[in-house]
Amino acid sequence: MMKTVFKRTPTLKDCPTHYCPGCGHGIAHRLIAEIIDELDIRDRTIGIAPVGCAVLAYDYLDVDMVEVAHGRPPAVATGMKRTNPDKIIFSYQGDGDLASIGAAEILHAGHRGEQITVVFINNAVYGMTGGQMAPTTMLDQVTATTPKGRSAAEQGYPLQVSELLATLPGTIYIERCALSSVAQIRKTKKAIKHAFDLQLEGADGMSMVEVLSPCPTYWRMSPTKAMEWLENNMTKVFPLGRLKG
Amino acid sequence: MAGKIIIDTERCKGCGLCITVCPKKSIVISEISNRNGYFPAQADNSNCTGCGACAIICPEAIIEVLRDDSDNVEIIIEPREDSEQNLIGEKA
Repeated sequence: MMKTVFKRTPTLKDCPTHYCPGCGHGIAHRLIAEIIDELDIRDRTIGIAPVGCAVLAYDYLDVDMVEVAHGRPPAVATGMKRTNPDKIIFSYQGDGDLASIGAAEILHAGHRGEQITVVFINNAVYGMTGGQMAPTTMLDQVTATTPKGRSAAEQGYPLQVSELLATLPGTIYIERCALSSVAQIRKTKKAIKHAFDLQLEGADGMSMVEVLSPCPTYWRMSPTKAMEWLENNMTKVFPLGRLKG
Repeated sequence: MAGKIIIDTERCKGCGLCITVCPKKSIVISEISNRNGYFPAQADNSNCTGCGACAIICPEAIIEVLRDDSDNVEIIIEPREDSEQNLIGEKA
């Protein structure tokens, strides 16, 4: 007699995604959907989708979702949480959305200690617009706008958002995880669940989980190679682990 | 055979991550493309243990994992937070 031990969770809508083969967004969506189902908070969760590849996240997660202006999810989340303190508010943002155009919003939401949960997907490149350099692009990384590789003299250094936010007294939990292997995916799920738990308990401050995610299309490698590259190169610049809380 | 996986091959994009993580190498890329033009992953299932590693890494969440719950299967190692899988085997 065979028993089902793993299947698609109900909060993840039963439809195909528009993501490229091997994209990390699909894994991250599934983790969030599983956590919402495990905590049984589907009826009172509101998610905020970013501008970027994950702009259509509201088509895949079966919870109330809002699409806001580029980089502004923490600002909108602030309003939603302050007017509806019983709701669970999370924002799902990419590195272009959070670290570039939305740098001021995330910094000040953390600075004010808003009780929101932020899932920050960092793939070190702008995916939706065609693989241009992002603030989190690593030194010597080749992108559409840095064909010779990013140089510190011309384009500056990769922005380490988690380290930056961990210095603020308003943040309570900052952790950096990766989607590079089955074990790391399990750790990522645990971290995001902890961030949701903190908000459920009414902990005073912002929680953020940075997820290092592969972008095989604009790293120009196969999905398997992208996972290896993430594990070997990206985690050196963005060390994994709990930075705060 | 202690486990079994079912892949929705019409929704598979053929990224091959499940093939990389399968400890028993029991998933292969199909030689026939699906309607979207991708060559999907195909379950062999001959020595599947139902560990679920493929389902955890699948970006499309289209793998369902089944495991034998009869008496002749025992869990040798329980899943840990940092482990790739829980090891199961058939009783002698």
